[in-house]
Amino acid sequence: MSERESALAHQFDDVRQQREAATLGMWIFLATEVMFFGALFLGFSVYRAAYPEAFAEASRHTDLLLGSVNTVVLLTSSLTMALAVHAAQTDRRETLVRLLLLTMLLGAAFLGVKGVEYYEEYAAHLVPALNFAYPGDHPEQAELYFYLYFAMTGLHALHIFAGISVLAAVAFMARRGRFSPLYYTPVELTGLYWHFVDIVWVFLFPLLYLIGGR
Amino acid sequence: MDRPVATKIYYRVWIVLVILLAVTVASAYVHLGALSIAINLAIAVAKALLILLFFMHLRYSSRLTWLFAAAGFVWLIILFGLTLSDYLTRGRLFTL
Repeated sequence: MSERESALAHQFDDVRQQREAATLGMWIFLATEVMFFGALFLGFSVYRAAYPEAFAEASRHTDLLLGSVNTVVLLTSSLTMALAVHAAQTDRRETLVRLLLLTMLLGAAFLGVKGVEYYEEYAAHLVPALNFAYPGDHPEQAELYFYLYFAMTGLHALHIFAGISVLAAVAFMARRGRFSPLYYTPVELTGLYWHFVDIVWVFLFPLLYLIGGR
Repeated sequence: MDRPVATKIYYRVWIVLVILLAVTVASAYVHLGALSIAINLAIAVAKALLILLFFMHLRYSSRLTWLFAAAGFVWLIILFGLTLSDYLTRGRLFTL
């Protein structure tokens, strides 16, 4: 059996159709993720519309520098992920493994910076239900902002962590030579997931850090 | 997609993404009032489109893949549309 024949599952006409079926399935999963995060974005939109000044003032307590750094980190991790898929397509195993590990490293860096931010917010008494003591006007509305802040960035961070775990498994598979230009589906689909989580952050960042202006 | 995308396209997209990030952060320091939200969201949409089209290969994918990718966002628009049309029209009574 040739390599092309063994890469093809019997229910598909050709490898191209097989690859497209996997991609379509992944996009359906991403649609559920859009709705998952979308509900929180909607909640944020409603309360931001209700309490614009309080939300703007509260958002100024976030660390803009660290948030911006984290955005660059995630954008770069999407670059390395796209390059990893390219390495899989062009049959360069060592490069593929290195780029997957680099993507994981950038994801971990993101989580590290997020941890620092969370600690800063804890030290500033901005954690709802834990030690919330707000210096400005409308503390209840500000607490609502921070509830949403921790819920949305926390859910996002969970997704980054899950992505890093999947990347580890895929990197392990890559190192053992499981992928070829004919079959690299796990790499491609992990890439789609990773880029999606990056897109979520692309929307989270301006809404949480920038709405109030500086 | 059949052929791998040239890597230089990925690098160029990354550069544009970082530039857009710089613009959106800089705009926070300019007092534009209500316009700043629109600008920030527009830039965020532009960045998302770049990631969708190039990093996620939608530009090189079939129409069917586009449809599946668009579906999630269509449902999101319905979610936002119906919910906000309630909240944003409260306190406004229709009187003859």
